[in-house]
Amino acid sequence: MAVDYEQLCREITWDVARKELGYAEDGEVNIGYVCVDRHVEAGRGEKLALIHEGHDGTLRHFTFRDLQQLTNGWAQFLRAAVSVRPLDRVCLFLDKVPELYIGFLGVLKTGAVVEPLFSAFGEDALVARMLDSKATAIITQKRHVGKVRKAKDRLPDLKTIIVIDHDEDGRKLREGEIGYRMMDHRVDDCAIASTYAETPSVLHYTSGTTGAPKGAMHVHGSVFAQYLTTKLVLDVRDDDIYWCTADPGWVTGTSYGIIGPWVMGATQVVLDAGFSSDRWYATIERHRITVWYTAPTAIRMLMRDGLEPVRRRTLTSLRHMCSVGEPLNPEAVRWGHEAFGLWFHDTFWQTETGSIVITNLPGMPVKPGSMGRPFPALSAAVVEPKTGEPITEPGRVGLIAIRPPWPSLMRTYWNNTATYYSKFLNGWYICGDQASLDKDGYFWFCGRDDDVINTGGHLVGPFEIESALLEHPAVAESAAIGKPDPVNMEVVKAFVALRPGFSASSDLELEIMNYVRKKLSPLAMPQEIEFVEKVPKTRSGKILRRVLKAKELGQPIGDISTMDDD
Amino acid sequence: MKELILDYIRNEYLDEDEADDVDLNENTPLISGGIVDSFSMVSLKRFLEKKFVISIPDAEASPEAFDTVTSIIALVNRHQAKKGA
Repeated sequence: MAVDYEQLCREITWDVARKELGYAEDGEVNIGYVCVDRHVEAGRGEKLALIHEGHDGTLRHFTFRDLQQLTNGWAQFLRAAVSVRPLDRVCLFLDKVPELYIGFLGVLKTGAVVEPLFSAFGEDALVARMLDSKATAIITQKRHVGKVRKAKDRLPDLKTIIVIDHDEDGRKLREGEIGYRMMDHRVDDCAIASTYAETPSVLHYTSGTTGAPKGAMHVHGSVFAQYLTTKLVLDVRDDDIYWCTADPGWVTGTSYGIIGPWVMGATQVVLDAGFSSDRWYATIERHRITVWYTAPTAIRMLMRDGLEPVRRRTLTSLRHMCSVGEPLNPEAVRWGHEAFGLWFHDTFWQTETGSIVITNLPGMPVKPGSMGRPFPALSAAVVEPKTGEPITEPGRVGLIAIRPPWPSLMRTYWNNTATYYSKFLNGWYICGDQASLDKDGYFWFCGRDDDVINTGGHLVGPFEIESALLEHPAVAESAAIGKPDPVNMEVVKAFVALRPGFSASSDLELEIMNYVRKKLSPLAMPQEIEFVEKVPKTRSGKILRRVLKAKELGQPIGDISTMDDD
Repeated sequence: MKELILDYIRNEYLDEDEADDVDLNENTPLISGGIVDSFSMVSLKRFLEKKFVISIPDAEASPEAFDTVTSIIALVNRHQAKKGA
């Protein structure tokens, strides 16, 4: 059904979310309660909330009452045994196991701040994030505890490591480690912390061009934006079977892989298995998925395997599909329509915005390749980079800007307020992405305004990669850029100058690749290393990544008057 | 070949604490089991190409082809035979 976008813009405000969820502007709100207990109290406790499918195909089912009792048990344990207090930072370092989802909401019920960490992070990536947040506890599992143990000596604030699958007859826990089986502890009643719309809730780290990753601090009131966008953009209803393929180590996996669908009271499916086209189609067919939120990289991988695997399955349960993480190319949108008879609706947002800000709404004509239009409760523009003045001329490129405030905008970068304030210009929040507008008001993505690498829908900071490279004994100088890639949009390419005594070889290239992968994460691993005599820098020592990128793309190098040519 | 590949996976993709808990054999699911992710597949592919002096086209480096050591050995054998032909 066609949607009247202009009318929605007149009707939709954030107050609509508060009213529909029954919250006063200054009343208490806790994401854990809104996602779980609210449904149980309304008589929906026996409704299925989570269908979890393990990599071996094992299914586990959880109702909203199960979630209530388990999150209560978890909150009680954190308070009593770990002495977690409101506003403490508690990390989750888990695969996509049910305990990750339960743990997330349980931490929020205590009033502490939950800090999800991607389970493929290496030791250095953990240290960078946990040292900055001063996290006091981390919840992990046997297969990842080794990385935490290695990082622990560099984390003076970390007091407790909780292992969710510890066997009493297995390897011994060390000092400061507790074995706790979340599924064995159900509690009916638990005092949920008194939190308000502005109380900190979730801390997600994101990468920038310079310096260590920055912690975007969100608040419990973000739930109003996540509710309204889940309802109006993802079109999730309480009778839907919803599948968000994102990992909760990243913001999509929490805003729309935990909070959004469960505020709506929907049943969500979690598949804890690596990617394969057939497994994904089997998941849609097996669980009769109705709404699917995935990423361009995954869609392009599905495309690569062609239509035949789609035809083998019955996927008629699907009624709405959305995409996030990077621009969805027109070919992928058209392929999606051919494969499923539905359009993939692109959505644009980022860790800092906390919820979808520019999007293709259901019923809105999809222009393949366009990001869509601003979410109706928001005002967005393309602005001049220097002045922040809106650009109205169609086709002219500027920066994507959103008018604050909105409920899910980060409230600060943790320990980094100066950088937080630098994100605002002329009354706009500046996203750091370039786009242009067409005559119909649709946004068209053009690229990042900085050197951050978008690989597989995740942002990776070149500084972090360059720093890790420099720790390798053979590396004297390093630079990292994003190299265009047909599946992942970009992959990391590194340029390395070697120390005396080392010579370039394929053995050394593979050794350095694996070194970065283990220190940071597979996403940060250079997929290509070019050995160079020296890395281009300015006379003040700043790496000229734009020169390397231009050379890589065969484009003009531009002004190099500041380059150190010694 | 089997032991060489298994050793590489054990050393490169499993944490030392984790290695004791995972029953890694030629039929252990690597990609679908979350031991090797799609990004890390690139370094595994590079290792195979280097060690067995073959070139695996990207189109053949699929999650299914890399999902077990058995399927990896089949892939390597195919390319070695091609090279020898």
